[in-house]
Amino acid sequence: MMINGVQIDDTFAEAFNMRGTRVIITAQNHKWAYNAANAMTGFATSVIGCSVEAGIERELSPEETPDGRPGLAVLMFAMGSAVLMKQLENRMGQTILTCPTAAAFSGIEGNERINLGKNLRFFGDGFQISKQFGGKRYWRVPVMDGEFITEETTGMVRAVGGGNFLVLATSQSQALAACEAAIEAMRKIPNVIMPFPGGVVRSGSKVGSKYKTMFASTNDAFCPTLKGLTKTQLSDDIESVMEIVIDGLTEAGIRKATYVGIEAACKLGAENGIKRISAGNYGGKLGQFQFHLRDIMSDKSLSGESA
Amino acid sequence: MSALTFTLKKDLVQKLDVSTLTPDLLADKSLTEISATLLWYGKQQIAASEAFAITGSDTNNIVFDKSTTKIDYIGSGLSTGSITVNGDAGAFLAFQMQQGNITVNGNVADFAATEMAGGLLLINKNVGDYLGAALVGNKKGMKGGIVIVKGNAGERVGDQMRRGMILIEGNAGNYCASRILAGTIGVLGDVGDFLGYGMRRGTILLTQTPKLHATIQDCGTHTLPFLSLMFKSFSGLPSKFAHINQNRVQRFAGDIGNDGKGEIWVLK
Repeated sequence: MMINGVQIDDTFAEAFNMRGTRVIITAQNHKWAYNAANAMTGFATSVIGCSVEAGIERELSPEETPDGRPGLAVLMFAMGSAVLMKQLENRMGQTILTCPTAAAFSGIEGNERINLGKNLRFFGDGFQISKQFGGKRYWRVPVMDGEFITEETTGMVRAVGGGNFLVLATSQSQALAACEAAIEAMRKIPNVIMPFPGGVVRSGSKVGSKYKTMFASTNDAFCPTLKGLTKTQLSDDIESVMEIVIDGLTEAGIRKATYVGIEAACKLGAENGIKRISAGNYGGKLGQFQFHLRDIMSDKSLSGESA
Repeated sequence: MSALTFTLKKDLVQKLDVSTLTPDLLADKSLTEISATLLWYGKQQIAASEAFAITGSDTNNIVFDKSTTKIDYIGSGLSTGSITVNGDAGAFLAFQMQQGNITVNGNVADFAATEMAGGLLLINKNVGDYLGAALVGNKKGMKGGIVIVKGNAGERVGDQMRRGMILIEGNAGNYCASRILAGTIGVLGDVGDFLGYGMRRGTILLTQTPKLHATIQDCGTHTLPFLSLMFKSFSGLPSKFAHINQNRVQRFAGDIGNDGKGEIWVLK
């Protein structure tokens, strides 16, 4: 399969069951909502070292938020519910409670509820105040800038993590340009985040290592400088490979994001050095989900900006 | 299906207890059975048909016509459906109401919404004392739901109230929010003396600075984003409260004679 001179490999991304949640962060303006949300979703690229994967899903207008202030929707994913709860509470306490004017609200329904501000209220040392509207409980905690407002809980849902594709290009700058174009398109898709810096990861890994303390190590088959040394996956003209990892609240969201991402990357085409699109998997034995690139790119219902 | 309508035909000398005439208790009953329902009238029981002309069949939608303040316990323990009262309502309107809607197009006597737990009570005229309070001897008043009063309320509004919302568009009498444990009371008009007397927690929202007793403390004037959240929750209500759109308030806290975690907000 070729799109605009770019070869789409006959392979698939292997993805996993995760637990996910959405939190709405509001503040006096978007600048301070970003300060809060960037801190909350910082150091949350991979569950391997950060316990959670998190990112900003999209901006929210004042009309879309519970308190009528500008806001952001944040998605957070973890391999299990306990770690998601713990990370959410820790991050809420250190980054939202602390951020001037910031407030946090539940961004997703769901029968399973996890603590948002439920325990943060104790920071109020007895001066905290609870209010219930429409079946939802909110906490007001007196802080030095006024009041910290938070909903007591947010929803937790079954989610999908680890959707991905690789962009193979004839130079590093071309690979990055294609990834930037892909990320710009993918950020318009609801229910997904790309958790790595700027949405892009350069250090794709394989399982195992020659060192016994390491359980993952560099994906040498895709490292351009090792072409002559390992069983490489790269042809002579490939000089740089970058990966985009996608976590989503739904399988459909990841399919959609994969489609628009690859579409945007391929728009630059072979003439801009974009040669191949591939994907990372473990032979299909570990993950519960498989996203076959050719299957997704043949599904024209995924094109356009609607979800 | 037209509303099941009870039109008062008896000249009531004693109080009439209609706690058995609710959508829950009358569901699936025939008109004959409904007519035979026994009601306490003073210290004797009478059939419903002796007090009311009964028409209609929709038990989920009950109407009391020509109602007076002699008729007590309208909508007692209501857990579904709606009740409309054309005329006045007696004591213990919406007593321990769970869910549903009650609308009164007239005045209401004392002890309305006693220990109410949910639903919406709309009173289009005035209401007496102890709105949303506890039964005598009990320690907790209203536990949930929303009460809207278009007119004035008497004394001791929300006495020992525990949760929920009472919104009064007119004035409220003395000892408003006395001993309130938690919940929200809004008054657009004036309030009497001893507002929040012995209040433990809870929020009172006012438009004018009230006369406050010594154990209520001024905490200054603030712009609180929380107010936007609260007013947004009012937005669907059939009340003037739905149109409030300001988030600057003077905050008083008290009653420090009883823990002092309550607050009084005066819109600025």
